Amino acid sequence: MAKTYYDPADLRKFGKITEWNEELGTKFFDYYNSVFEEGHLSAREKSLIALAVAHTIQCPYCIDAYTGDGLQRGITKEEMMESLHVAGAIRGGASLVHGVQMMNKVNKLEM
Amino acid sequence: MLSKSLKRRESELANTKRQLEILSNGIFQDGELPKFNDKIAESQQFPLKANLLEILQINVGYMCNQVCEHCHVDAGPDRKEIMTRETMLQCLEVIKKTGAHTLDLTGGAPEMNPNFRWFVEEAAKAGIKDFIVRSNLTIIRANKKYHDLPEFFKKHNIHVVSSMPHWTRGKTDKQRGDGVFDKSIQALKDLNAVGYGIPDSPLKLDLVYNPSGAFLPGDQASLEKEFKKALLEDFNIQFHNLFAITNLPISRFLDYLIASENYEDYMYQLVDAFNPAAVANVMCTNTLSVSWDGYLYDCDFNQMLNLKVNSKVKHIKDYNEALLTGRTVVTSQHCYGCTAGAGSSCQGVVA
Ligand code: SF4
Ligand code: SF4
Repeated sequence: MAKTYYDPADLRKFGKITEWNEELGTKFFDYYNSVFEEGHLSAREKSLIALAVAHTIQCPYCIDAYTGDGLQRGITKEEMMESLHVAGAIRGGASLVHGVQMMNKVNKLEM
Repeated sequence: MLSKSLKRRESELANTKRQLEILSNGIFQDGELPKFNDKIAESQQFPLKANLLEILQINVGYMCNQVCEHCHVDAGPDRKEIMTRETMLQCLEVIKKTGAHTLDLTGGAPEMNPNFRWFVEEAAKAGIKDFIVRSNLTIIRANKKYHDLPEFFKKHNIHVVSSMPHWTRGKTDKQRGDGVFDKSIQALKDLNAVGYGIPDSPLKLDLVYNPSGAFLPGDQASLEKEFKKALLEDFNIQFHNLFAITNLPISRFLDYLIASENYEDYMYQLVDAFNPAAVANVMCTNTLSVSWDGYLYDCDFNQMLNLKVNSKVKHIKDYNEALLTGRTVVTSQHCYGCTAGAGSSCQGVVA
């Protein structure tokens, strides 16, 4: 076994997952590629969404891939950082909005 | 920011043999990545052959007013290699007798050659279909004596091709130097003012985009859209086409890749993106590159690696179409830069 769970070199081998299940692997990559095509959203917008989601799910492979993808598309670091704050705001908001639940509970229990 | 060429700094990489060693050692020697010739052999495209000459690219000197970090020429104010009038006369002889449809002047900053205007005037008389000058834009604003270049280009119906790494100041200045963005914008306005780059104008103005770092260019058409939108909205600037060009791992860009520990990853990116369909149209299949001292190369990159053409004829004064056509192109691993993704050439994508 490798000494670390993550190896940057593994990202390039992503496509190999098809080797152990060709049908599902191929379906996944077909779907994946279709998702990122120009649509109602531009491929550029999708790249920024992917970058924000990558940080939300904290996937180092995805962060690596979509930082590179953004640079290739000419996306600036300011735009990248702003997209991360969207992820951060939703993440923080998701915790804090539960504060209402806490407040409700406190209000119910306290005399 | 850089202020001196590798040559002036006496860097190890100023030695082209050392660059070629690096490109053949390490990951390519131990078989981790295939060598370029083996890779193209997989699709029966080895050896790479040069067809009939269509584009004559003349490098009139390595002197430049800028010292861009990625420069594959290792150009800069400290480079003194300049084409003489005598060599230009030899080039003119060839321009008159070949059927090449494109003449492409490059550098350095070609405008800094003291005989540049004379050469353009003489070459324009030869009536070549597409006469390109690769201008770095800032030269137009660098000194009063260059301010009238847009008018001069217009007079001789020159096709201007200019580099512009990004539509934002930050990214541009980082690659090319402080103040480059503002000067480039002003130069583009000057070119627009005389009619260059306006839709339907016969005065062609194209921009060259190359990535400011260790990554490949994205889709050329999308980048063109972004550039057009931003330059029009922010500065009311127009241009015709954008060429997305991949940085080849030679000279200052190679130096940057090694110093930033990106070399191996970058070579992986290039090899992973290898596109067999791009091979048939790489530049060297229809181009000949002439150096400031008149020697012949398969392309400007080979010129910078001092890889002269594989032919009995090695100098413009001995130019012989029959002997040069069909020659085997000299390659190394830098060639992967021309075949990655949609491919890359001085005219942008090729596949
Ligand atoms: S990239 Fe062009 S403008 Fe920059 S230093 Fe090299 S020749 Fe000059
Ligand atoms: S680097 Fe030059 S020789 Fe190599 S493929 Fe590109 S154009 Fe041809």
